[in-house]
Amino acid sequence: MPAIGAPTRITQGSRTRGGIGESTLRPDGTLKVTGEFAYSSDMWHEDMLWGHILRSTVAHAEIVSLDTSEALAQPGVYAVLTYDDLPTEVRNYGLEIQDTPVLANGKVRHHGEPVALVAADHPETARRAAARIRVEYRELPVITDESSATAPDAVLVHENRDDHHFAHVPHPNILHRQPIVRGDADAAAARADVIVRGEYTFGMQDQAFLGPESGLAVPEEDGGVHLYIATQWLHSDLRQIAPVLGLPEDKVRMTLAGVGGAFGGREDLSMQIHACLLALRTGKPVKIVYNRFESFFGHVHRHPARLSYEHGATRDGRLTHVRCRIVLDGGAYASASPAVVGNASSLSVGPYVVEDVDIEALALYSNNPPCGAMRGFGAVQACFAYEAQMDKVAAQLGMDPVEFRRINAMEQGTLLPTGQAVDSPAPVAELLRRVKAMPLPPERQWESSEGADVRQLPGGLSNTTHGEGVVRGIGYAVGIKNVGFSEGFDDYSTAKVRLEVVGGRPVAIVHTAMAEVGQGGVTVHAQIARTELGVTQVTIHPADTQVGSAGSTSASRQTYVTGGAVKNACELVREKVLEIGRRKFGTHHPAWATAELLLEGGKVVTDGGEVLGTLADVLEDEGVEIEAEWRHRPTQPFDLRTGQGNGHVQYSFAAHRAVVEVDTELGLVKVVELACAQDVGKALNPLSVVGQIQGGTTQGLGIAVMEEIIVDPKTAKVRNPSFTDYLIPTILDTPTIPVDVLELADDHAPYGLRGIGEAPTLSSTPAVLAAIRNATGLELNRTPVRPEHLTGTA
Amino acid sequence: MDFLRPASWEEALAAKAEHPTAVPIAGGTDVMVEINFDHRRPGHLLDLTRIGDLYDWERGERSVRLGASVPYTRIMSELRADLPGLALAAHTVASPQIRNRGGVGGNLGTASPAGDAHPALLAAGAEVEVASAARGTRMIPIDAFYTGVKRNALEPDELIRAVHVRRADGPQQFSKVGTRNAMVIAVCAFGLALHPETRTVRTGIGSAAPTPVRAAAAEEFLAAALEEGGHWESGKTVPPSVARQFAQLCSGACNPIDDVRGTASYRRHAVGVMARRTLMWTWESYRGARRTTEGAA
Amino acid sequence: MRVTFTVNGRPQEADDVWEGESLLYVLRERLGLPGSKNACEQGECGSCTVRLDGVPVCSCLVAAGQAEGREIVTVEGLAEHARERARAAAPRTSDTTGASDPSGSGPGASGTAGTPLDAARAWRAHGADPHTGDGTELAPVQQAFIDAGAVQCGFCTPGLLVAADEMLERNPNPSDADIREALSGNLCRCTGYEKIMDAVRLAAARQGEAV
Repeated sequence: MPAIGAPTRITQGSRTRGGIGESTLRPDGTLKVTGEFAYSSDMWHEDMLWGHILRSTVAHAEIVSLDTSEALAQPGVYAVLTYDDLPTEVRNYGLEIQDTPVLANGKVRHHGEPVALVAADHPETARRAAARIRVEYRELPVITDESSATAPDAVLVHENRDDHHFAHVPHPNILHRQPIVRGDADAAAARADVIVRGEYTFGMQDQAFLGPESGLAVPEEDGGVHLYIATQWLHSDLRQIAPVLGLPEDKVRMTLAGVGGAFGGREDLSMQIHACLLALRTGKPVKIVYNRFESFFGHVHRHPARLSYEHGATRDGRLTHVRCRIVLDGGAYASASPAVVGNASSLSVGPYVVEDVDIEALALYSNNPPCGAMRGFGAVQACFAYEAQMDKVAAQLGMDPVEFRRINAMEQGTLLPTGQAVDSPAPVAELLRRVKAMPLPPERQWESSEGADVRQLPGGLSNTTHGEGVVRGIGYAVGIKNVGFSEGFDDYSTAKVRLEVVGGRPVAIVHTAMAEVGQGGVTVHAQIARTELGVTQVTIHPADTQVGSAGSTSASRQTYVTGGAVKNACELVREKVLEIGRRKFGTHHPAWATAELLLEGGKVVTDGGEVLGTLADVLEDEGVEIEAEWRHRPTQPFDLRTGQGNGHVQYSFAAHRAVVEVDTELGLVKVVELACAQDVGKALNPLSVVGQIQGGTTQGLGIAVMEEIIVDPKTAKVRNPSFTDYLIPTILDTPTIPVDVLELADDHAPYGLRGIGEAPTLSSTPAVLAAIRNATGLELNRTPVRPEHLTGTA
Repeated sequence: MDFLRPASWEEALAAKAEHPTAVPIAGGTDVMVEINFDHRRPGHLLDLTRIGDLYDWERGERSVRLGASVPYTRIMSELRADLPGLALAAHTVASPQIRNRGGVGGNLGTASPAGDAHPALLAAGAEVEVASAARGTRMIPIDAFYTGVKRNALEPDELIRAVHVRRADGPQQFSKVGTRNAMVIAVCAFGLALHPETRTVRTGIGSAAPTPVRAAAAEEFLAAALEEGGHWESGKTVPPSVARQFAQLCSGACNPIDDVRGTASYRRHAVGVMARRTLMWTWESYRGARRTTEGAA
Repeated sequence: MRVTFTVNGRPQEADDVWEGESLLYVLRERLGLPGSKNACEQGECGSCTVRLDGVPVCSCLVAAGQAEGREIVTVEGLAEHARERARAAAPRTSDTTGASDPSGSGPGASGTAGTPLDAARAWRAHGADPHTGDGTELAPVQQAFIDAGAVQCGFCTPGLLVAADEMLERNPNPSDADIREALSGNLCRCTGYEKIMDAVRLAAARQGEAV
């Protein structure tokens, strides 16, 4: 086998317990298992009020009249706010394009859009008051898909667009469009022995984090406000909140409260501005907690997509070309749609060598719920389609689907459709080989001496089969996800690290604004500090805006970028410590000047192991503290016409093998096993790495067989905003998930690591679909697969 | 909103007479969802959890008198032999936490076509014991209980005291389709009970019509076919053609709608599949029991 | 209305309770016990699971007034509950745990409500010992969740712990299918449940060794 990469070697801190590479335990674990960890919905303040949001009951309408007087007159109501009450001229916000009104401005563009705010002394008082706000709507036609968006007489979702994408889109209801053209797809198609076309549909998925949107805004004496909030990116929130409040950023203080999961759904603002407005208006602390119904309207979802693909291949199994068109529904507001388009287009052919491509991806403005970031971010939808295509081409060629993928697998050096070379290990074929080599789960595990155990059969506890109609299927898929923010974004993080000696023992304090959303960043930061500073005692400071931005907890980037920032700050602290040591003791021992010096076990040692002094000696009562920004290699925007450009900084690869059992008569699916092999570069915390892979895999399973927000195409209203009808996998739907972790260093990244969180969400879905196709022989061009699709009763 | 906490059944009936719009709450698994999501603001909540009688069941000669609030968990563990269909249905209700709290009284009170208990009650044969302060107790046959979508035969001043479910005289089965392997509301459900004593068969269909229904034509067809073929005596296998016809008639008894949980067409199809499978399971079990009995004799 | 009941062995009283409030709301917002979580408030996620007279229930679906006079155990009292159980199971073993921690108390349980901001502000992850946590005495199932990596965002964790602890009480040697069935009312969105399975198996194994 050719060399495909090598693991990272570590010297500094390699002897320190609890450093990188160990499965240290979460520093917040004890608080989380005792119930003491303070999530954003747990915040409480003497005298606090409850905020409530009145949302639109229709998707697209002009607001003819809005009367709050009756609501305001209710006892216990402290404030009722509408668009007209906003304090400054800045009345919109948005991640990239400020197109989202804080409160509806005479018009609503999607079901559940915020129209008015209430603050009251009890949640029920607030709800009753909100019910007394009179809103009269004049309904407008709804834009719900590409044809209604681009029809000659289409109503514009946003009139008077002036955003930077407007100049290059073919229609005002198209938010952003990214073509990618490389080589000559026509000529290549002429060389193809087989050509396979497919049309695919990807449903709207919800992040369904368990901790609902919530927070507490406390007015401060200086006229500012302190917001305790669950978010993915404190500083991005701050940048959007402060102008709407009419406050300078230093008067809006933000502290990260406990975050009950995120998965992209907390990248946009939800109740942040609303709580602050009510707190500033009433002079009292205001808490807002969405319930699950509201949560379905309170955050963006994964873009539903229509994807058209054409793949060509020669008889010997080499891809000739790919043509594709990906239409993402961005819904009513921009959110992260432009970046999702960039990912979907640039990663649209998957981890394969394809010289000749003709690609187009675009996002619509519509009156459907706004869509934006969710784990996998544009790459998920594409992977579902290109992996289905790869199976179809293999079938046309009469080849084994894994062998066909191996032949076309990219390697280090392969060019992406954007012309960018993949400059780190790309062990695509190896991951497929590994996942295929894992032992298969035994057949008919549901049989026991006492008959069939329904818990292990399709339908589970519902007792639908005792084995009748059950057919096993196996499917494979592999995917590629970019890591970090792409397309020229200045993607950086900041870390403040302090090393001091307390009671004779050295202690490191790590302070970043990184949002810990469950991923285990806080665990890894402590490990990095131990490794880099050779100490065991590390305190992780709460994340807040008293330190520079950490960027978003998304795009699989935090361990890379904020981890990199912590490593960098620790290295600067180490240099400073050694400099102090040299100044104080350099004359006592020549090694201070000549040897490579390390910090190990609270001491300064030479690389030969000789102890030169303790940190207590060097530092005495003088702490060393450094705050520094750190950024990964710069990227470039994609060319607007050709899509060429070095847009990405790193890639993450995972492969899955799904084993399913399908009740072919009832169309019910039991996923029996979902094996994953993933290259992680370097597993800083192996336990967390495996946990991320299993969690991401399960979210991919969800969209394969059950998860979908259903929007009525006639009204653009959401039909299933509840956990009764938006189903996510239970423990009885989730199979065993064996994980094979490969560690091939990316030499450009700290410790050679790769961002890992998203890749497993990509290939999981198409692997499950492939397995269901394998079991049923059906074509299945949409996800999620519903029983109707498997039984011809749709 | 007032919260009424009667300490006895008599007090509860008096409260319901005084406040006919009071909403009874026991397990809370329907009512509290409506309150939490602001779908319902009754003037009075009538808490029934202090009335111990509602949590008892008694085995009679022909039937089990099942207190309205006996939680599903106990039905599963204590009544599997007497009420096997209902015990199976209880096992498919929501989650362990809900099964610990909810009881059949709630299912009957809500009368949602998706309630899991209904098909089992219809198949087994049951009467609902209801009472009012003014008129005392009356028994409503289960076949007359469901009157419309989420409507039942209760008068405003009545409360459900118990349900009298016929003790099984033969095998019973229950099957439910949901798009998840646990904690799922029925897309549709099917209950089947063989009654060897009367040589009849009863069915119950959930979530496939405005109310829970029986497939009367299917029951008659199957009973006749079994009789004609001498199956009850011989115990011989039900011919596939009979099973197929039975399944078709069960599908035909459905009057389903398209909704977010499934299409009408799928519901009809799935009820047919479940009818065929539950017939096979119950018949196999009947044959097995006969063989055991004969072997012992 | 006024509601009086016992939480984690301590009498609690809440005044001015709106009749539509759930037990979950009263625990979280009136009694300073926010450990039970509010993820769906419709009985579809199990995050609010508590023991009501010993039985695991969704506290979001218990009307506050229905808790009158009842005994509740929440995640905040789980460690103490497990210690009591262990003591009851092994009455002759000398008690070496020393003064019992009045754990039913989450932050601010005596009189104040919610998580006071000082507690929230003071949140710090002290990595005193990266391998064993910070020395707090936990129920075996709590320790197992930490050790097995079953906690990510942690929002589902309290409900899962209460449910898993109760299952292990009933069924000390569960099969994998038993564990899955017992926990099928508790949604987790982070872990894919594999580490939760590991944690419950670990707790069962440790429980077996301890007997």
